[in-house]
Amino acid sequence: MTATMPRTGNSVTRAAGRTFKARETGILLALIAIIAVATIRNPAFLFSNDGFRDLLLTPSLLLLVAVGQAIVIITRNVDLSVGSVLGLTAYLTGRLFIDLPGIPPILVFVIGVGFGAFLGLINGALVAFAKVPALVITLGTLYIYRGVNVAWAGGDRINASDLPADFRGIGTGQLLGIPFLTIIAAVVLIVAAWYLRNLRSGRELYAIGSDPAAAHLYGLRVTRNVLGAFLVSGALSGLAGVLYAARYGTVSSGAGTGLELQAIGAAVIGGVAISGGVGTVWGAAIGAYLLLTINRALPIVGIEDFWQRAVVGALIIGAIVLDRVLALRQSRKLLEAREVER
Amino acid sequence: MPVHEDASPSAPPALELSRVVKSFGAVVALRSGTITLEEGSIHALIGENGAGKSTLVKIIAGLYRRDAGTFRLRGEEVDFHTTAQSKAAGIAVIYQEPTLFPDLSVTENIFMGRQPTNRFGRIERKAMRAEAQAIFARLGVSIDPDRVTEGLSIADQQIIEIAKAISLDARVLIMDEPTAALSGVEVERLFAVARSLRDEGRALMFISHRFDEVFALCDTVTVMRDGSYIATTPMSETSVAELVRQMVGRDVAELFPKLPAEIGGDLLVVDGLTRTGVFHDISFTVRAGEIVGLAGLVGAGRSEVVRAIFGVDPYESGSVHVDGRPLPKGNPRVAMARGLALVPEDRRKQGLVLDESVSRNITLAIRSSLAKAGLLWGGPENAAAAVWSSRLEVKTASLDAETGTLSGGNQQKVVLGKWLATNPKVLIVDEPTRGIDVGTKAEVHRLLSELAQQGLAILMISSELPEVLGMADRVLVMREGYLTGEFPRSEATPEAVMFAATAEKEGAL
Repeated sequence: MTATMPRTGNSVTRAAGRTFKARETGILLALIAIIAVATIRNPAFLFSNDGFRDLLLTPSLLLLVAVGQAIVIITRNVDLSVGSVLGLTAYLTGRLFIDLPGIPPILVFVIGVGFGAFLGLINGALVAFAKVPALVITLGTLYIYRGVNVAWAGGDRINASDLPADFRGIGTGQLLGIPFLTIIAAVVLIVAAWYLRNLRSGRELYAIGSDPAAAHLYGLRVTRNVLGAFLVSGALSGLAGVLYAARYGTVSSGAGTGLELQAIGAAVIGGVAISGGVGTVWGAAIGAYLLLTINRALPIVGIEDFWQRAVVGALIIGAIVLDRVLALRQSRKLLEAREVER
Repeated sequence: MPVHEDASPSAPPALELSRVVKSFGAVVALRSGTITLEEGSIHALIGENGAGKSTLVKIIAGLYRRDAGTFRLRGEEVDFHTTAQSKAAGIAVIYQEPTLFPDLSVTENIFMGRQPTNRFGRIERKAMRAEAQAIFARLGVSIDPDRVTEGLSIADQQIIEIAKAISLDARVLIMDEPTAALSGVEVERLFAVARSLRDEGRALMFISHRFDEVFALCDTVTVMRDGSYIATTPMSETSVAELVRQMVGRDVAELFPKLPAEIGGDLLVVDGLTRTGVFHDISFTVRAGEIVGLAGLVGAGRSEVVRAIFGVDPYESGSVHVDGRPLPKGNPRVAMARGLALVPEDRRKQGLVLDESVSRNITLAIRSSLAKAGLLWGGPENAAAAVWSSRLEVKTASLDAETGTLSGGNQQKVVLGKWLATNPKVLIVDEPTRGIDVGTKAEVHRLLSELAQQGLAILMISSELPEVLGMADRVLVMREGYLTGEFPRSEATPEAVMFAATAEKEGAL
């Protein structure tokens, strides 16, 4: 060890950096390939107005929820309640328009996001202070939030005619051929990605997920950061809930059921490690697009409905196995490099 | 921030602890912690396991709060509630096992929580990376600042911890057994870094069990024993023999009346047991009626050896015979059937089912012989449990009480009872009295002594020297995976055992 100038990176670490980047690029390529195959089979998949619009629009809500989910998973937690938060907020949105005629849509957005954030705060407080695993806590709140929703709505549901036209326009309108929903999702994605990469508290989320005990010894504010992650996840699910009402018009007490699994699936496929500390919201976003685009592409490619869920499952397992293989290979390479240096 | 160049002789010391007390419930971990660190000096802190060194360090680091005593930094009284406060005051602690974030880059690990930012709060990545490189250049090491820390050697991880301390401009650096996992070259590099930090005027504290390192590196030494301050001496005015005397100097004979027992034939014969990197060529015998103490420092490989003997851990070569018959390796079931019993170190995790009743726990190892037609009935279970709990005088409200509600000493008796119920020939106990109050401790010792009288062969691992010297007919000493000493009771002096446990290795490795 005589060299005083640090190397700028040996081949191993550079390769590791490449694999990391390759993860997001890899699933982006997979997404493009699926779109390409489906378009060759049926050009309308991409080259019709509706086709292009659906391609962008369908995954937008999932993208919002998946970004929040990714932030939570990065801290080595998980939020199973996102589907219920979305459903409850969507119903609240409808009720606001029915019970307070003339309420400005912007206020509904503020209330919806705030309500989602509040539900997220409950999750976060239970996880951070009660020190109970997030899996258990949010499984509980998944049922509680849904139960509140069912008790409140009863057999009722919100219909498109209950909602003002300008509000519904947000869900269906577009700017320069790009749906509003997609623009909103893209803005959220860019802000979240920038935050996670460039701000101290964003980096601390990775640190906490990477090794919670070390984070404590570093003097990082673990409780506050975990609380914040759940709050963001709740707020984004709340935003998605308001947009859900705007997009579909009809909201029953079952809205968003099962969304949590899609959101986790999107994050995992996108390279967010379920054990925390690794991954980006970009990956989760591409994962969300891949997941929902595959659902639409499979019938066109000629795969029966019956197999679609199985394909999604295989994708998730494949992504995790790939991660494991890459991690093993990398740690072996690092160990070998260490032996050589000695 | 005082600059060391103009520190006059009368300047207050960098760090000063005086008569600091810390207890956990009834257990006093630190009776009187006293140490003074001067700027531009390396101070050694030594003492046996359980002497209170780690507690002292954790109080300085802000992990524990002291119950009493004074703690001053550059003359000012401080009281840390969190590690962040200690860090902000310019104290950096480097633990034996570095605590880094494996998934993040080396640079991020150094600056986590206090990255340089512009006025919008955006992290200045380039500046951060350049500073990391500058620190490594100053330390004369080459570590890629962009790589993740996963897969780095312990030595490199410690360098990162030191880089962290430098980036904080820590004036006080505490290194808790940093050399335990390092090779010779790596130790040299660490020492070179430590000396250059001292020459910059920082105050360093170095905890180690290796006397040669302490003498090579340090300027002053403080010895602790049983949670109390013993002495502080300049390194040049002391010797290994003197330090050992200070570390162990106390009466060992009183607490444990050893009963005379008739020594019989060899019951446990271990020959040439080796597991690469863990222990090497371990050979010894334990005879009927004999208590053999296995002494050494924490991490010397003692628990690993007995776990291998019992078949929980693997070993590569060597053999184990119980009562003349060879024991297959890696099979605890057969080991139990042949009359081997192991009372593990961590009784709460490895020895007991805390949510289950006392009687269930006592009969756990013999449940198959109590079962009728494959079913366990309460009657025989309770009968067997009653026998042992009364023989061992387990203090419990009832045999149905949850084991977790018992005191540490009584839990230990339950574990002992569990194994004695299997009617063993050889009893291996790992740290039998750790965390137990003095009264129960003596009872456990009386019990072991009686069992030996009844013809059991007992192998007792203990880090408490008085316990080993008071109880054992013979003392084996391990250091860093090697058997380094064997003393009959008459020759087992504290100094001899301590020396074998700590002194420079000869020809090993």
